[in-house]
Amino acid sequence: MIAAHTLKAKALCLGYRDLLVIDALELVIPPGRLTAIVGANACGKSTLLRAMSRLLAPRSGEVVLDGKQVHRIPTKELARTLGLLPQTPIAPDGITVADLVGRGRSPHRRPLSRWSRADDQAVAAALEATDTLDLADRAVDELSGGQRQRVWIAMALAQETDLLLLDEPTTFLDVAHQLEVLDLLAELNRDRGTTIIMVLHDLNLAARYADHLVAIAGGRVHSAGPAEAVLTPATIRAVFGVDSQVIVDPTSGRPLMLPIGRRRPSPAAA
Amino acid sequence: MTAPNRERPATALVALGRARRQRRRRTALIVLTALALATFAASLMVGQISYPPDVVLDVILGREAPGASFTVGRLRLPRAVLAVLTGASFGIGGVTFQTMLRNPLASPDIIGISSGASAAAAFAIVILGLSGAAVSVVAIVAGLAVSLAIYLLSFRDGVAGTRLVLIGIGVAAMLDSVTAFVLDKAPQWRLQEAMRWLTGSLNGASWGDVAPVLAALVVFGPLLAGQARNLSLLQLGDDAASALGVRTERARVLLIVAAVGLIAFATSAAGPIAFVAFLSGPIAARVVGRHGSPLAPAALVGLTLVLAADLVGQFAFGTRYPVGVVTGALGAPYLVYLIIRANRTGGSL
Repeated sequence: MIAAHTLKAKALCLGYRDLLVIDALELVIPPGRLTAIVGANACGKSTLLRAMSRLLAPRSGEVVLDGKQVHRIPTKELARTLGLLPQTPIAPDGITVADLVGRGRSPHRRPLSRWSRADDQAVAAALEATDTLDLADRAVDELSGGQRQRVWIAMALAQETDLLLLDEPTTFLDVAHQLEVLDLLAELNRDRGTTIIMVLHDLNLAARYADHLVAIAGGRVHSAGPAEAVLTPATIRAVFGVDSQVIVDPTSGRPLMLPIGRRRPSPAAA
Repeated sequence: MTAPNRERPATALVALGRARRQRRRRTALIVLTALALATFAASLMVGQISYPPDVVLDVILGREAPGASFTVGRLRLPRAVLAVLTGASFGIGGVTFQTMLRNPLASPDIIGISSGASAAAAFAIVILGLSGAAVSVVAIVAGLAVSLAIYLLSFRDGVAGTRLVLIGIGVAAMLDSVTAFVLDKAPQWRLQEAMRWLTGSLNGASWGDVAPVLAALVVFGPLLAGQARNLSLLQLGDDAASALGVRTERARVLLIVAAVGLIAFATSAAGPIAFVAFLSGPIAARVVGRHGSPLAPAALVGLTLVLAADLVGQFAFGTRYPVGVVTGALGAPYLVYLIIRANRTGGSL
């Protein structure tokens, strides 16, 4: 079992230049669970994720991991506890899958130390978990979008962190690959107890996979909790400015949002 | 077979693949080293009077050999050693920039850093009448200033490779015209020097030229080697590198200062030997593969290029050409090829 880590944001204010994106936000991430952050475009979801992984310094307030401010934790030490998969990481030209995944090992390696057996084992386990072992010796630039995304997740897995943050891990993927990636993350959460925090665009996928849903609006947490409590017509109205119906997904039993657009052809007209 | 000792097949597979890439790298490095040694030996032996290996060895070991002691010991040896040191410096400095900025065109000799160091060195020698270490200092300050300038000029919500390359090419053109202007002020009899600051030359190399370049390599080489792992992580983008535990700003400053230091010291000794920084990294990657740090392979390719180009420039044609003319003739087609390829794939520069 891995230790339960607590990650919190207290009175967090974030922004770029004269623009305040996140304003006095309070958030507690439930340990060992899968949390999805949703919200309208440019509401500050990704900004919040960047601050939680300390890529962005807060204007005021703080992000606290296990009682310590993340901005006070040495970079390398933090990288052994908390991993982040950014939205658009860049694969170097011609690098093989195994070598790229191996870079996830760097926070565990001492300067000038040799590659160890444990490193090989971690890379192999990450490749197996993401079902990319047969791609190990292929060049990353030859892969399809879905394969590539699985390889990036494998790199984050090789980092062996108890917390994993992902910024829109399903963007640019078709529906089959979206499900594949989210199933993988759910599995990881279940089998290893990894705390997963991801920014997701698709409300219904978020509701289906997340134990804990966080809706952001106006720079603050509008509502947070289990999907049933958060994904309501009232919240969707407030967060996205869209009228909708919420029904129960017959397969998963989770809430399913159906937007009501302005154009509403009657069934007869169609 | 007992269960605890048996390795999981996945781990064995990963270890095997890595061992294969490592073996390829090691073999390629041995070949490159042998090639470098052979070219070095050739540049000591071949000339208007050629000497056999045993005479050359005698000179290197400090024994008196009539005729050879002067020709090999005083002329060829410092020239060849300077070729090795500048070639390695350009190779390492070039590949550091190319890797960090993820763009083969982002080499210091394309984006104006070498031009800056060269213009400053020419200015310091011709106009200010400086010499020796003072010239190197002026060159490195100018190299860093140019780096900072193109960084600031191309900064808009982060630095995009293409913008930096285009601005750098403009800056390089401007600085080259400064060099041409300075040389216009130089007396006629210093035309030899003019070639050095425009394309790079090893003519008249002496032990006095060797010392500062060697010192720069001794200081900045290990510094860069220590940052090699961070360099390979910065390639993934700043966010990913930072998430993997790299202090990105600190690593970048160290890498830039060390790479510019190498380029500037080499430039103040031999001029901006054309395209060596630009060519070494890509050739090394072709030969050695993408496994492991690119620094040592690029150093080996760089020094072999300079040694070979200097031999060709001196003896392959009726007249003697400075080394930079030969490397320039090699590099220009590759530059055109890169731009054509970028155009075809619809990619950016």
